[in-house]
Amino acid sequence: MDLTEFLIKTATIFVVFVLTLVIAMYSTWAERKVAGFIQDRQGPNRAGWGGLLQPLADAGKMFFKEDFIPALANKWLFIAGPSLAMLTALLASAVIPFGSTFRFDGHEVVLQGVESNIGILYVFGVVALGVYGIMVGGWASNNKFSLLGAIRAASQNISYEVAMGLSLIAILMMSSSLSLGEIVSQQHGGNWNIFYQPLGFIIFITCSFAECNRVPFDLPECETELVGGYHTEYGSMKLGFYLFAEYINMFVSSAIISVLYFGGYNYPGMDWVYAQLIKAMGPETGHNIATLIGTAVFFGKALFFIFFYMWVRWTIPRFRYDQLMNLGWKKLIPLAIFNIIITGAAVLFLKPAITAWLN
Amino acid sequence: MNSAVSFFYFLSFLTILSAVMVVVSRNPIHSVLYLILTFFTLSGHYILLNAQFLAAVNIIVYAGAIMVLFLFVIMFLNMKQDHEESKTNLTKVAATIVGGTVFVILFGAYRKTIIPSYDPQTFDSQVGMIENLGHLLFRDYLLPFELASILLLVAMVGAVMLGKREIGERHF
Repeated sequence: MDLTEFLIKTATIFVVFVLTLVIAMYSTWAERKVAGFIQDRQGPNRAGWGGLLQPLADAGKMFFKEDFIPALANKWLFIAGPSLAMLTALLASAVIPFGSTFRFDGHEVVLQGVESNIGILYVFGVVALGVYGIMVGGWASNNKFSLLGAIRAASQNISYEVAMGLSLIAILMMSSSLSLGEIVSQQHGGNWNIFYQPLGFIIFITCSFAECNRVPFDLPECETELVGGYHTEYGSMKLGFYLFAEYINMFVSSAIISVLYFGGYNYPGMDWVYAQLIKAMGPETGHNIATLIGTAVFFGKALFFIFFYMWVRWTIPRFRYDQLMNLGWKKLIPLAIFNIIITGAAVLFLKPAITAWLN
Repeated sequence: MNSAVSFFYFLSFLTILSAVMVVVSRNPIHSVLYLILTFFTLSGHYILLNAQFLAAVNIIVYAGAIMVLFLFVIMFLNMKQDHEESKTNLTKVAATIVGGTVFVILFGAYRKTIIPSYDPQTFDSQVGMIENLGHLLFRDYLLPFELASILLLVAMVGAVMLGKREIGERHF
């Protein structure tokens, strides 16, 4: 790897990192605006135009509050909890393909942090680690409510990871590749996976709600039962990191959903747009502008799913714990296995029949 | 010394350090966290060997699932009271003898083994990639693979049977 390539990769990773943080920051603003809209009130509107400076004000408040550690808490693990939550939340965005390529000076730069042939497995592994932040922090607080929240988080994450992995297998059977870039480029031309995998999509999005600890699966921080759940003892920026990690997880999972099921940066009629741009502006500028449009489309899809998360949060009440476990083990896992069998049968028998019929 | 080798030594140092810390730490939660760190460094070794699939699966299965369950169980333990009374001198002596014997056996076995070498000309660096691994598992080693999965299925059914509530048992 020569120096230019190394610098380009570093810059890409930095841009991905900053974008994730900025989107997560403004998700907190959007969440309050959406909540305000749904509950027929204003939401934040004092700091900046439409309350746009509110996230900065919140961050300032969080930073300058007293950084308090309870006397009987395990000090190191109490600090490690929110750090782990942030770390695992930020790791996953490295393999997401945000767009196709940029061309300049004969370089072809892929808009993706790392192109890896185990992309989706990497994301799955990082998601599986996400629970450590909550568990470690909840245990280290030395508080019964925190511990209960941590235990709930652990059992919930393990239960829903199974169904999530099984719903992913159906996608992998169709694409026969684990690389996210490859999965996106196969959905070119309106071949979005949502049309082939509606059941898998529903299972996947339910599981990603559970993995992000969002309503209706936010039992780890269920304030009617557990005071504040795993972050009862937390304050100042440590609490801020926990909440922020949740928003980063939301963005990452929305991006993954749009990559896996909604064609990532593909949009209808993109070949026509590409040809027009190439004709009008030449192969280099035209290609770059087409890539930018694709990236904008990708972010549009991801932001829609962030909105969907908020929409659900302010519409649906929380599950009871036994309902959550029954849904995970007795409904979603059998459904996901059924989906795998259907997909396998379709790939083996239906697809050759349809191709033969079309020719 | 090229970068891969120095990275290998650094990773090995981390692996051995965290593995020792698993044994040495007095707090079971710390032990579990060091064990997770050990799994991460082992995955680092797999990546150095260009076995990306193995690295990812190691993280998903061990760090992501099994260690979460370990932590889950250990959090229920009451660590306030000392369990020192269970560690009598007899158990300490017995543990030392058993551990020392295992060490001697491993050392002897290691001295006798001839570590298989590879030929740089014919060696395929892509052998650890998922496509090649899949072809190997589903063509050459299909029967062992299926038998292993049946074994896991049987174990799972057994676990469900053991955990099942019996008729007339109290619901709580």
